[in-house]
This record gives sequence, C-alpha cells and structure tokens, in this order.
Amino acid sequence: MKTKSLIYYALISSIFLFSLVSIWKILVTLQGIELKNFNFEIIITLGIAISFLNILIGDKLNYLIKSTFFALIFTFIDGYIVQVMPIWYNIGIFGILIFFSLKINKYNQKYLATEHSSQIVVFDFLTLFGIVLFSFVILFPFYMMLITSFKTQAALLINPLDFSINFNQDFKELFKSYFVIFDTYKFGRYILISTFVSVGTVIVTLLFAIPAAYAVARLNFFGKNFLSTSILIIYMFPAIVLVIPLYTVFSQLGLRNSVGGLLIVYTATTLPVAIYMLQGYFRSIPKELEEAAIMDKLNWFGIIIKIILPLSIPAISSVALYVFMIAWNEFLFSLMFLDNPNSFTLSRAIQYLSGDAETPRQYLMAGSVVVTIPVLLIFVYFEKYLVSGLTAGSVKG
Amino acid sequence: MSNTLSKIEKRTAYILILPAVFLVFSIILFPIFANVWISFKEVGLKDIRIPEPRAKKIVKSIKDNPDQFKVIYKLRNSSLILEIRDVKFQDKLPKNIKPINLDERCRVKSNKIYCEFGNWEAKYRENFQILLKSSDGTPINKKELKTIKPKLKGKSDNILLNTNFTLKNFKKVFFQNEFFDLLSTTFYYTFFGTIGSIVFGILTAQLVNQKFFGRTFMRSVLLFPYVGPVVALAYTWELLLDPYSGTLNNLLMNFQVIQEPLNLLGQKYLKINFFGFDLKLRLALTTVIIFEIWRYFPLAFLFILARLQAVPKELYEAAEVDGAGPLQKFINITLPQITAVISILFMIRFIWNFNKFEDIFLLTGGASGTRTLPINVYEQGFTISDIGMGSAVSIVIVALLLIFMFVYFKLIGKRADEN
Repeated sequence: MKTKSLIYYALISSIFLFSLVSIWKILVTLQGIELKNFNFEIIITLGIAISFLNILIGDKLNYLIKSTFFALIFTFIDGYIVQVMPIWYNIGIFGILIFFSLKINKYNQKYLATEHSSQIVVFDFLTLFGIVLFSFVILFPFYMMLITSFKTQAALLINPLDFSINFNQDFKELFKSYFVIFDTYKFGRYILISTFVSVGTVIVTLLFAIPAAYAVARLNFFGKNFLSTSILIIYMFPAIVLVIPLYTVFSQLGLRNSVGGLLIVYTATTLPVAIYMLQGYFRSIPKELEEAAIMDKLNWFGIIIKIILPLSIPAISSVALYVFMIAWNEFLFSLMFLDNPNSFTLSRAIQYLSGDAETPRQYLMAGSVVVTIPVLLIFVYFEKYLVSGLTAGSVKG
Repeated sequence: MSNTLSKIEKRTAYILILPAVFLVFSIILFPIFANVWISFKEVGLKDIRIPEPRAKKIVKSIKDNPDQFKVIYKLRNSSLILEIRDVKFQDKLPKNIKPINLDERCRVKSNKIYCEFGNWEAKYRENFQILLKSSDGTPINKKELKTIKPKLKGKSDNILLNTNFTLKNFKKVFFQNEFFDLLSTTFYYTFFGTIGSIVFGILTAQLVNQKFFGRTFMRSVLLFPYVGPVVALAYTWELLLDPYSGTLNNLLMNFQVIQEPLNLLGQKYLKINFFGFDLKLRLALTTVIIFEIWRYFPLAFLFILARLQAVPKELYEAAEVDGAGPLQKFINITLPQITAVISILFMIRFIWNFNKFEDIFLLTGGASGTRTLPINVYEQGFTISDIGMGSAVSIVIVALLLIFMFVYFKLIGKRADEN
C-alpha cells in the first residue's frame, strides 16, 4: 500500500462525504429546520476516520455489517452529540452513510497498492462528486420554481428558506396561484395562442422545408452548393439584428400584434435548421427506390409523398419536435411584436406579469411552471429523437 | 432525352426550393440589408407610423324635423409630423337618401358622396357636416346610416423611403455611446461564457461517458436548462438570487458564509481582497455569465459526449497496457479526439453568445455593467426610440460577425488542407 494513495483516498472521500451531507443539510434547512453550520471540521474528521477504519477492517467483516456500523456511528455523533435533530433527518444521514460506505468498500490495501491508484481514486470520487453536484445545481432552480408556486406571498416573505408545503390544506388553497393565473390573468388563452403559434409554425415549416430539403439532397441545379452553404451561414445570424427592420416593416403593414405575423417570422427563422436536418436524412435514403418510382412514371411530387415521407418519419418528427420547442420558447420576437394582452404568447405573458412590481412571485412561478412543463415532458418523452437531432447541429440558443 | 430530363429536374428543383428561399430572403436577408438603409437615416420610433387620414362618423337627428339627419365626420390627420396630400373621401348613402346643401369640395354620384379635401398638414382636424334628407318620404334608417363606414385615401411621404441619408448614427455609435465599454463588456461576456460552457461540457461529458446507475436519467437532467423556456428560467434565477428574500443569499447567511446579502444582479463591482490584492470583480456581469454557462453547457456536453462515444475502446485498452493512468489517458487520448468538436463548439457558442439578448435582458435589463451590444440595439431602438441608432448598432454586430466567420472558415480551411 502506498501512503500517498491512502492520503488521497482519505481526503477525497471525506470531502465527497462532506458535500453529500451538506447538500442534505441544505435540503433540510429548506424544510424549515434550523441548522446554522455545516460543521466542516467534524464531518471531515469523521469522514477520514471512517475511511481509515474501512481500510483497517478490510474484508474481516461482512460489508453490510461494516456499512451499517459506520452509518450508525456517524449518525449518532452527528444527530445526537453535535446537534439534536429530528428522526427523519437522521434517517437521511443514515442513508447517505450507507451509500458512502458501500462506495468506499471496494478500496482495500491491495487496491491502494496498484499503480496509479491515487489517480484512480481521485477520478472515481470526482465522478461521484460531479454527478451529485451537477444534479443538484441543475435541478435546484426547477425545484424552487415548483415549490414557490405553491406558497403564499406572506409565507415567502417571513421565511424565504421555508420550502415546506402544507399538504393538509384544501386543494383549492394549495393550487391557488394556478387558479389565479388562469382566472385573472387569462393564462388559458395564452396557452391556446402559444399552442396555435407553435403547432402552426411546425406545419408551415415542414410544408416549406420538405420540398426544399429534397431538392437540395437529390436534384441537380445551378446554385445548389451555394444554397447549402448559405443555409448554414444564415442560421448563424442572430434574431437581434433582424428585429428593427422587421418591427418597422411589420408596423407599416399592420402585421404587428397579429399571431399570423409571428408565425411568418418563426417559420423563416426555423427553416434553415429544418432544411439542414432534413436534407441530411434524405441523402441517407437509398436512391434505387426513387429510380424505380421514376420507371413507374411517378412525378417528383409523387416521389416525395409516396416514398420519401413514409421513410423519413423519424427525421420529420424530430424536426417537428424541435421547431415546436423553438417556437414555444421564443421570446424576443413575441416581446417586440406583441403589445396587446389579447394576443400574448405564454412567454410574453409571463414577462408582462413580471413588469408589474405588485405581482406576487408565486403567480410568476406558477406561470413559469405552466410554460416549462410541456417542453420538459416532450423532451423527456421523445429524448432519443431529440438528442440525435441536437447533435446534428440544430437548436439555436 | 437525358437533356430534357435534366431540364425538368432543374425546373422541379427551383419550384421546390422557391417558397423556402423566398420566405428566408424576405424575413432574414432583406432585414439585414434594410438595416444598412435605416442606419443611415434619422428615424425615431414615432416616425415609422404611416400618416393616415381618419374620419369618425356621428349621426344626429335634428329637432323639429324628423325627415332630416345631420352627419358629422370628425376628420383628422393621424400623424403629428407629416402632411397628407390629395385626401380623397368616399361614403355610401342608403338608397332613399339625398344630401342637401353639400360642401363645394364634394359631389354625389349614384348614392355615393365623393369629396376631395386637398392637402392636410400635420395634426390637421376638421368637423365636416352633411345634411341628409329622405328623397321619397320613407323614414331614414339611422342604424343603417351609422354602420356604413367612410373610406379615405391620401398620399404621404414614408420617411423610410426618402433618400435623405446621414452619418450621424455611426458617429454617435462610435463616439457618444461608450462604444469601447460596450465592446469590452460584450467580449468579456462572450469569451468567459463560451469557455465556461465548454469546460463544463467536457467535465459532464466525461462523467456521463462512464457507466453508473441512473446514467440515462442524468443525461436528460443535464439538458433541462437548455430546453427550458428562457423566460421561466431567468425569472426563477432572479428570485433565487434576490438580495433580501432570495433563497441563495438567505442560505449563505444562514450558514454564515457571508455576513451581508449580496445583490448579485444589481451590483456592478464587488471588492475582493485576494491575498492582499484589492480586486474589483464585475459582480452582475459575472452572475449573468454564470447563468449563461448554466444554460448553455448542455450543448457542449451533448456534442462532446457524442464524440467521446465514438472514440474506439481499443485506444484506452492499449494505453492501459502501456501503464497510463486516468490523467494521462485523458490528456493523451480523450483531448486530442475532441479538439475538433471543441473548435466547432467554440465558434458556434462564441457567435451565439455574442448575440445573446434574452438572457441578459430578462436578468438585469442591461443595468449594472451588463450592457452588451445586442442589449444596446434594443435600448437605442425601443427605450430611447431611435430606430436609426438601433440599426447602426445592429450593423456593427453584423460586421463583427462576418469577421468572426471569415476568420473561422479560414482556420477550418487551413486545418482541412493540413489533413
């Protein structure tokens, strides 16, 4: 066994333990329990002690007994001697310690003697640490969004750290913010408008993009290469430089404040991506199928409808989902083009709500939950399609 | 035979791409050129409304005379700045009605009144009256009279279409707009945002590329910030970071990490004592950059992960046989394999971050030292209401973008030559 490996192992594992315990403590604090200290020194000392004990005991004890033993000691010291905590807090700590002990179980004297063992230990724990930390940092804002929408303004101001929800209250009280945004702020209407714009954008984009992508993928014509490179360059151009001219022209044509105007702009901005993704897929379809169809005297229109479309349903649905998500999340153009509350999209409506300093934050968060949930559901459900599309170089943001 | 076929092919191709090309041209390329035009003009937000002649019709019955009606048209020029020339007026009358003592500017022809009002200067107003009488004794239907709307036409100058050009906007952009401050903020934001998102992308891709329980779930979760709507996420962060009732500040104070709440989005500088050096950290800008990294590292993560999964396993196995540790494997195998992806990502993210508007706008609105060029476009155009200035700033952005792309394609070309 190398001393260097042993020290690395003890330090990094105890830091990992400390981070796990600290995240648990943060979550517990957010349930209204008073905890003022992470007790860095105590936890690190305990962690180092457990790591050394683990090496000392090695395989002499069954690993389950060993883990339970470590977990009990730690829980007892942390939850009864250092501070007295409620039982559910201690159960959580116990669980964390069991998890931790099982993780360190694989390290023993033999393991730490191998070459590069110190590096491997560090990498192992950094991985675990990364997984826990990234999950926490990413999920926390979403968690806060959801919880805040169930709280009341008064409760939020009295104790901003109290994230506990009283499930005993009336259903109507619990979902009050949602009732308010749908009744008072007409969110039902905004959902309809957002859905209409997004679905409309998907349909129009596909109608324009499928023929164009087919032409770029299959047909020979003058300017083809120029077109396919300019698709990519156009895709790089930002919405912010289009805003002023579009605003002036749309104002003069009377297209501002109309859902139709928004639909045209969304379609144009998503078209380059859609064409780019679709033509890549169309190229992968065997050419022989079309040659057979030409023999059967099918025209180009027939080829697209009867051969290309049925074969490229996965690609088309992935493009459709993307375009839907882009249109649903779009904010800049809806901010510029819509100033009549009757034609707001969801994103614009939430921004409008926040413009009034009087609006209680739980309404804002309830609105945010309403606009976020559909995209996340679609994303989780169709993840496979979407991820392959994303790496094909799509969603702009 | 083959010649005609290729002709048909060409024609079909043009028919198939034309709708898409037309739409993209009119909504994306045309505005970019229109920006150039507008940026050389002095145009305010209020100037872009085209002046319109308007009329409000009021029908009044006359006392003691039930056969007659008085119709008042409240005429006005909708513009406060521009005149309207050759205003033409037209209104239809119900069949049984004739006007009496008609204004000399008007004439009647088959149940319609035509008037020519000549030129209206800006803010022009007039109350124009007509007396109406039933021609055959049947009573006049007041409702019918009201529902018919008059039509007005007139010619006016469109300030956007005249050919008065000026260099004022560009002078202002470069000399009165704290241009270099704007530029440095934009580069600071873009550069650190890009580097940060790529570094975290590499870290997370490296994580998820290993086998562990809940790996697919982790991959979905890592993409949440990227697919969520920016409005919802920005407001959530704003609440999270609020100095008084925000969760983060309260947590930090609760655990005694800080003594005073930090106004993370509203404070321009934070003084830090770093080993005896007094440093000034641009606090709000840093916070905005962190949000940016949080939201966009998933893109880097996905690209890098896809590349990592394509790296042949044999390479790692061979390295292991040669006695390489994890760090050496990462530096000598993984990094060289992903440099190409990283350079593409750097370019994409750099360009997109350079143009990022929504995130900063929603978080700080460009206050406390977070004003970037895209924010300035919005401020000039819609807060200060100077469309010309807004366009001029847009032109600066487009020019910089073209330079980036040129450099990038040069570099890519060089690399392709080398291989």
